[in-house]
Amino acid sequence: MTTRPVTRRNAVLGIAAAATLARPSILRAQSTGRVVVVGGGFGGAACARALKRMQENLQIILIEPNAVFTSCPLSNEVIAGLRNIEAQQFGYDKLAAESVTVIGETVTTIEPQQRSVVTADGVALPYDRLVLSPGIDFHFDALPGYDETASKKMPHAWKAGEQTLLLRTQLEAMDDGGVVAIAVPANPSRCPPAPYERASLIAHYLKTKKPRSKVLILDAKDNFSQQRLFEKAWKELYGDMIERVALSQGGRVTSVDPSTKTIITEFGNYTPDVANVIPPQRAGRIAEIAGAADTSGWCPIDPMTFESKLVPNIHVIGDACLGGGIPKSASAASAQGKACAAAIVNLLAGDAPETPRLTGVCYNTVAPGYGFSLAGNYQPRGDIFAEVEGGATSPVDAPRELRAREAAEAERWFQTITAETFG
Amino acid sequence: MAAALINVPSRAKRGDIIEIRTLTSHIMETGFRHTMDGTLVPRDIITSFTCRYNGTEIFRADLFPAIAANPYLSFFTIAKESGKFEFEWIGDNGYASTASASITVE
Repeated sequence: MTTRPVTRRNAVLGIAAAATLARPSILRAQSTGRVVVVGGGFGGAACARALKRMQENLQIILIEPNAVFTSCPLSNEVIAGLRNIEAQQFGYDKLAAESVTVIGETVTTIEPQQRSVVTADGVALPYDRLVLSPGIDFHFDALPGYDETASKKMPHAWKAGEQTLLLRTQLEAMDDGGVVAIAVPANPSRCPPAPYERASLIAHYLKTKKPRSKVLILDAKDNFSQQRLFEKAWKELYGDMIERVALSQGGRVTSVDPSTKTIITEFGNYTPDVANVIPPQRAGRIAEIAGAADTSGWCPIDPMTFESKLVPNIHVIGDACLGGGIPKSASAASAQGKACAAAIVNLLAGDAPETPRLTGVCYNTVAPGYGFSLAGNYQPRGDIFAEVEGGATSPVDAPRELRAREAAEAERWFQTITAETFG
Repeated sequence: MAAALINVPSRAKRGDIIEIRTLTSHIMETGFRHTMDGTLVPRDIITSFTCRYNGTEIFRADLFPAIAANPYLSFFTIAKESGKFEFEWIGDNGYASTASASITVE
């Protein structure tokens, strides 16, 4: 199994290679037009950049209200005090330098008939093709008691930035012997293994600084991604410091009471010292405004082009789309952004889109120098994406050197994807 | 195996509609699956659930192979008097499990 890390690295490089390979066929036909991309995260920024690089004469407008993007990947390390938030932050200067028009506004309305988007300052921007990459919003109705105000007391830290720092501050303020609870929603949700990575890194912080404390996971699922790897690492590194109450043990959180910082499950109440409540999620609000979200709250797409099944000429990528077998991750969003760009260039030129093959990778760091990973390949099967052969997960039994190598690779993966997207 | 989780309000007002939640750990093996070598995995399910309130049966359910593992049942009743709820799960291979919870009705 010593070749695995190499495979992993190749998989990351493969994304870049795929985007480059798409070029020649695209240069055949000259397409012109205007593509508006809403949302400048890993999906939207990658898509905008790929569009411009594939077809210079396209006008590409990226609309993103935040001047600075804060990355969720690796933000669990910020919570655990292992990393500064500045290392998570990226601007849009380099995209602007490549002639992507970056507009720092919020989109308030989308007119699919007129093919235009309207920003908060009242400006209407027409498009030939629109790409929505709005990420997630919280489904507060699905968790009574929880809302924006409650999140100031019981942080979700599921959108990186202020919330990440708030959770870190609460951990730092907690006395030794305290309980940190993490409420985990059912799937689909952003980055399915991340709550468990977070539990691990919080346990690392506690073990180092407040060793009598505990982490309690209240989980709406019975099983989770890379479960055996996590559980083995927990036992090895943290003994019984992490306790998990699964769905079938009554772990599903049904409501919260922020006034007393109480988490209510189907079978009991918990009043932890720090309550990290990750609420159920749905596609970012603008997807709903566009009419691209269905009753599930997520956006069904044609996997060949990422075009919405509900609204023509609108493409949805990243966490917001129903990606079939593709987990909602930064890596997947980036791959989707590039594949979507290639499809749009072909569509604008009147050519048939090529069948995309996406690779998604996911690294989990459970302690400094201890990481593992999962890589998957995805292709359209019928009208959804399905996982195809070639994927791999780190072996459950492996020497610590491999875990150390994978932890180092996680950092390299982050440097690569952020440089590719924003650098 | 003490595998049941019960949620009954400990107090209620007379006439209140109260929710009762139960969850019991059980494999609920359908009897339709085969092992790798082709032998049928025998059925092993809970077939019946009963709830009694001070001795009177107030809720009963028959369970079938299509019901998922760890059956979760929730139902409502009217709080009439203080006392005891008794729960019973009966299943294949002589499976039997009980649990109880008290309520104070004011």
